[in-house]
Amino acid sequence: MTRYSAFAIAREAFRQHKGWDRAWESPEPRKSYDVIIVGGGGHGLATAYHLGKNHGITNVAVLEKGWLGGGNTGRNTTIIRSNYLQDPSAALYEKSRSLYETMSQDLNYNVMFSPRGVMMLAQTEHEVRGYKRTAHANALQGVTTEWIDAKRVKELCPIMNIDGPRYPVLGALWQARAGTARHDAVAWGYARACSAMGMHIIQKCEVTGITSQDGRVTGVTTNRGDIGCKKMGIVVAGHSGALAEMAGFRLPIESVALQALVSEPIKPCMDVVVMANTVHGYMSQSDKGEMVIGGGTDGYNNYTQRGSFHHIEETVRALVETFPMISRLKMLRQWGGVVDVTGDRSPILSKTPLDGCFINCGWGTGGFKATPGSGWAMAELMAKGHSPLTDAFGLERFREGRFIDESVAAGVAH
Amino acid sequence: MSLRLSTGGRLIDRATPVSFRFNGRHLKGVKGDTLASALLANDQMLMGRSFKYHRPRGVMAAGPEEPNALMGVGRGERFEPNQRATQQPLTGGLTAQSQNHWPSLEFDVGAINARLSRFLPAGFYYKTFLFPRPAWKHVFEPVIRQSAGLGRPPEGPDPDRYEHFNVNVDIAIVGGGIAGLQAALIAGRAGKTVLLMEQTAQWGGRAPVDGDLIDGGPAQAWIDAAVADLAAMENVQMRRETMGAGVYDHGYLLAHETLSHGVPEGPRQRLWRIRAGHIVTATGAIERPIPFAGNDVPGVMLASALRDFVVNYGVAPGKRTVIATNNDDAYRTALAVLDAGLSVPLIVDARPEVTGALPEQVRARGVRVDAGTAIAKVKGGKRVEGVAICAQDGEGAVTEEVACDAVAMSGGWSPVPHLWSHCGGKNTWDAAQAHFAPDPDRAPTGADGTAFVTAVGAAAGTLQGDVALGSATARLAALLDVSADAPAVEVAAEAPLAACWMMPARASYELRSKMFLDFQNDVKVSDVQLAAQEGFVSVEHTKRYTTLGMATDQGKLSNINGLAILAQELGEEIPNVGTTTFRPPYAPISMASIAGEARGEIFQPLRRTPMHDWHEAHGATWEPVGHWRRPYAFPRSGESVHDAVQREVTNTRQNVGLLDASTLGKIIVKGPDAARFVDMLYTNLMSTLKPGKCRYGLMCNENGFLVDDGVVARLDEDTFLCHTTTGGADRIHAHMEEWLQTEWWDWKVFTLNATEQFAQIAVVGPKARDLLHSLGGMDLSKDALPFMGWADGTIAGIPARVFRISFSGELSFEVAVPANRGRALWDKLVEAGEALGVMPYGTEALHIMRAEKGFIMIGDETDGTVIPQDLGLDWAISKKKDDFIGKRGQQRSFLAADDRWRLVGLETLDGSVLPDGAYAVAEGTNANGQRNMQGRVTSSYHSPTLGRGIAMALVERGPDRIGEVVNFAMTDGSEVPARICSPVFFDPNGEKQDV
Amino acid sequence: MLTLQCPYCGVQCDETELTAGGEAHLTRHGPGSDADTFEQYLFLRENPRGVHFERWRHSHGCGKWFHAARSTTTLRVFGTYKAQTTEPPQQIRDAISAVHPGWSWRNFGETA
Repeated sequence: MTRYSAFAIAREAFRQHKGWDRAWESPEPRKSYDVIIVGGGGHGLATAYHLGKNHGITNVAVLEKGWLGGGNTGRNTTIIRSNYLQDPSAALYEKSRSLYETMSQDLNYNVMFSPRGVMMLAQTEHEVRGYKRTAHANALQGVTTEWIDAKRVKELCPIMNIDGPRYPVLGALWQARAGTARHDAVAWGYARACSAMGMHIIQKCEVTGITSQDGRVTGVTTNRGDIGCKKMGIVVAGHSGALAEMAGFRLPIESVALQALVSEPIKPCMDVVVMANTVHGYMSQSDKGEMVIGGGTDGYNNYTQRGSFHHIEETVRALVETFPMISRLKMLRQWGGVVDVTGDRSPILSKTPLDGCFINCGWGTGGFKATPGSGWAMAELMAKGHSPLTDAFGLERFREGRFIDESVAAGVAH
Repeated sequence: MSLRLSTGGRLIDRATPVSFRFNGRHLKGVKGDTLASALLANDQMLMGRSFKYHRPRGVMAAGPEEPNALMGVGRGERFEPNQRATQQPLTGGLTAQSQNHWPSLEFDVGAINARLSRFLPAGFYYKTFLFPRPAWKHVFEPVIRQSAGLGRPPEGPDPDRYEHFNVNVDIAIVGGGIAGLQAALIAGRAGKTVLLMEQTAQWGGRAPVDGDLIDGGPAQAWIDAAVADLAAMENVQMRRETMGAGVYDHGYLLAHETLSHGVPEGPRQRLWRIRAGHIVTATGAIERPIPFAGNDVPGVMLASALRDFVVNYGVAPGKRTVIATNNDDAYRTALAVLDAGLSVPLIVDARPEVTGALPEQVRARGVRVDAGTAIAKVKGGKRVEGVAICAQDGEGAVTEEVACDAVAMSGGWSPVPHLWSHCGGKNTWDAAQAHFAPDPDRAPTGADGTAFVTAVGAAAGTLQGDVALGSATARLAALLDVSADAPAVEVAAEAPLAACWMMPARASYELRSKMFLDFQNDVKVSDVQLAAQEGFVSVEHTKRYTTLGMATDQGKLSNINGLAILAQELGEEIPNVGTTTFRPPYAPISMASIAGEARGEIFQPLRRTPMHDWHEAHGATWEPVGHWRRPYAFPRSGESVHDAVQREVTNTRQNVGLLDASTLGKIIVKGPDAARFVDMLYTNLMSTLKPGKCRYGLMCNENGFLVDDGVVARLDEDTFLCHTTTGGADRIHAHMEEWLQTEWWDWKVFTLNATEQFAQIAVVGPKARDLLHSLGGMDLSKDALPFMGWADGTIAGIPARVFRISFSGELSFEVAVPANRGRALWDKLVEAGEALGVMPYGTEALHIMRAEKGFIMIGDETDGTVIPQDLGLDWAISKKKDDFIGKRGQQRSFLAADDRWRLVGLETLDGSVLPDGAYAVAEGTNANGQRNMQGRVTSSYHSPTLGRGIAMALVERGPDRIGEVVNFAMTDGSEVPARICSPVFFDPNGEKQDV
Repeated sequence: MLTLQCPYCGVQCDETELTAGGEAHLTRHGPGSDADTFEQYLFLRENPRGVHFERWRHSHGCGKWFHAARSTTTLRVFGTYKAQTTEPPQQIRDAISAVHPGWSWRNFGETA
């Protein structure tokens, strides 16, 4: 595999870029693998990567029914943060955030992690209390966050109107080393690294059934033939229910549409990520100059990857109020994704009733930021049967009433 | 040079000059010009710089597909970036600036990127900037961001107004060309309600420019007649400058109307939210550029755009125009150019043979037409100077050079399928016309499962006027089940095109790296080929890797060409490669129009209690609670909010205070099964409550978590009045209705949310009874109205219901009166109370007083994960009931565990106030290296009554550890010790409230 | 942007008038139910790709809860009906069968 560098670019520039290899190989599937990961999104690829990198398991196939990163990996607003309230979430997301710090170098692929800082605005007394509580919890969880006042909010984000007549900004929870990354690059970088370890990345390969013997998974049937495995990870946001059904169990999940939009590109005017939960909107500026905007979910089950326009209106209205300058900016494109929402809105990383079959799902609106940490933890769970990062995220928690409820800190969006 | 012609220009009024400014220069156009045509008239072909390489660019198109001529328009707070010059009408005093260059449009330092372009292929940034690690954030990224981004940000706030229209129509027609007009005529005559919209300011679309004859006369005459007919129909609405922006599920159509291009008198723009029985897309087609080297040099433009500029605005980009084409339609441009008295030195036609009627007409006028040829290269930097010619079927060996100052290109036409596709409409590949067109058999389907969009005209792939009108007529007639005749259209017959995705067919790398597909984002043929080479073979991967089609034109010009190149590279058929997803809006629309009128004070509805104005007049600081605003405190002049709160508490405890409690939820539950119902809703046994009495109750959700609390009063045997928290009223009422309607629908109970029907005032403090008695009316003595009782009567002549309940530990009466009498009662209480030292108090004083008493507050002590048992409220959980909502949930192992965090009070050893939300630390760390915790502060205040800090907290096994000292971690790493105590800090025996 | 007909007031409702309420025809299980049953009732959901029975409230209208049979992939609506029933009416089932022969949803289906 050609190593990427400025030098390599210069070399290729003088030979019409003919020397670049495929970023990842596209092999025919083998008869069987040690591990099959179903789902070639960020989380699936990260799981495969860490199985190889951390546990030496490289006889791995990643099966993707469409194109790599074609689900929520390529549809989100790319926010990365770890300022979660509950211990298990903070541990998992902080692990993830810290892996983002070195991901470009680890993968030899520039994923453009930009730790420009994320602020979550408090616009009611209730939010002030919730975020101060989070700051206290984070201090004990090893997550560096701080409560900042409205004046500091304005300094960090001058285009914000902090004196709106209805919801003046009272302060914010600020995480300086949070930020954004280039979503597609995360999937491509992992795929390239997995391929380099000899793993098989197989696109256009749809799993149509899961085979088992004596309660243990033995393989999958696909549109490209039967493939055997010793262990299997299901990492298919938006399709988890269908795969679980093939494996013979049900999930505490409903799939709903989440929408986002971007503006036309403008010169840099906002160097931080802002989330405003009271008014349901969040915004950052991409390296291309587009304002990237996310909002809330629809309330009904929906697999169309389209949402209802009134949610876009609601989000834009809130952001025009918070950032008056975007009023004369134009919306370029809006889109939707399918997100899986669990009974407590936290993800599931778990063993399943089928031995050897593991599931990673239910990330709701917050999966992108967790990609490397989720992969790390899932790989450990699959390799060792247990991981301190996943222990709290098991399927059994609903039956026990042991919720991981993040909405308690006033925040609803991820 | 580009110039204003001496004749022609059907849309301009030469007699009315219009002055404007471009990059600081004063220029003149005429009425009817667009900014683009006016700039051309001033020989300003250079109109912008591209995104990545900062290449000089001129105008490419004449409509919303324009990728290059984007301008910053307007000044100050009305500045708007990225406005397409082709759609910006020239208004007097218009100010425009070109974008993405420094220091000037003519000389741009960023153009160094073009020189370095061989080092900046598709995806170069993924492969570089890897070391050193911090350099990405601090060096590379800021540079990249600064060089990207196009226009400068608006300044805002926006002084203009925007509004929303909501309409329901039978048929919504998008596009006012001849197909759209014909569709509207048929639907209108069939008696349907019709909304016909056209994105430009003119009806008729391309037909008048292209010279079709309809019903034996010029197209314009037919258009004028059609418009007049439609205008006379009461069931037809017509809107120009209204763009169909997006199609959503179940027949929802979004449209965007521009009402003013300058300083508006009314709204500037309007967003139409349309529910249509059926949507007809008559959105036309867009011409494809041809990839040849230098196809982006200013002076190269779409053949149709050049024709539009000549015919509509009487301007031409040059005097000598070379035309490059693969089809007959481009010859119409030659005719238009010749008619304008300009020269066409050569037509380069990629087809091996050129024999159509239109080419023959052009040849007959002495124009040289070279079949089987291609443009090898456009010469010139900031302006076309000439073209080098080669064979199409070759590698680009130049046979000849021809001097010219404009190049018109046409690679054929593609239907505009956006609206058709937004909601799932599928397209099929038409190999003969080399485009994707809507497949009527795979239309988007609506709520009833049937198609709700019909494409007509060029948008349906019927490009020629005669076929377009014929098929539009047939489709509408079938849709509406009527008969209709299509007008007769005479058009020149066109010979077939030959798909041409690259000129010449086997161009060298050198040429391919100068052939632009996406002009704004600088994506070239070589970039798509590199993506394919590197395995980005899914069309979505190619798009994302190269940024093809991701610019502000969203691929309107580039997508098909890019797809074709990708297909060629993969050895696949184009339809097998597929298209990327079309997403709304069709062309960008302002955030302001989406937001509409809900701004500033009217951003959201504001709920006001009857006493709201009084609070405002008396200096209340507000706390938003739901859509209400409640007074947080009433600071006096010169007094801090903190001091005001302390004063309000002290005065209430010593004299008497007034609280506007009107926002508390008041839900009436009535019916023979009301008692049974409230027993299920509350954890308490409410059915034993006697009429005339009140009881504090808790409500949980099915998970067992505490969701609301409040006092329930039994009004009579069948009627309960349930008080809820302020934020909970609507939610709890909905919760009740949900259970009643969906689970216990056979129970005879009605609920009514009467929150806004009553004003409620809490009169609190040792002098509360004196104050109320001074107003005259009800006997409120201890015997007449004991603690936890309620009574009806009058106070100060106002009918009132008085509840003897207390959330402060003081003698307290909550007086409910009809909402429209609330202010009168409040005024009387204030007036009569002056002698007793009455003062209003706000939510913060309320919170402190309840905390001093150890009363929990929903949202403070609870957060959705707390059960009543955690809060020492076991006494309020009936053991006698088999069932209530939440009972089973609370039996689950985690909720029934004995090591849960439970409510206690805290006293800091030094009397200081603990920070809200602070956690109590335990020894050691957990498996993830996080510090172990054993509790947290849920409420914390400085108590003016006790003169020190008090706090409530949830602590692991807290009630068993009274007297123990635990440490609370501060965010700076220090720890503050506090002693666990009872949460009731004040008057533990409740003597003050029961007097 | 869905439209659903409220079976009580007959209004063809825009989605903005409605509140979605999740899966329909759940059977409540209270004290005495075992852990499996209770988990099933409270958390486990059908979440099908295809026909779904779901609850809606005409919250900015008549306030009534009703049920809809709707496809989660095409958003086609097979009908709405009042919430005071434990199973979908026959005409709704027939409407689904006409489009999706052999359909099933939890314990309902063409053969059920």
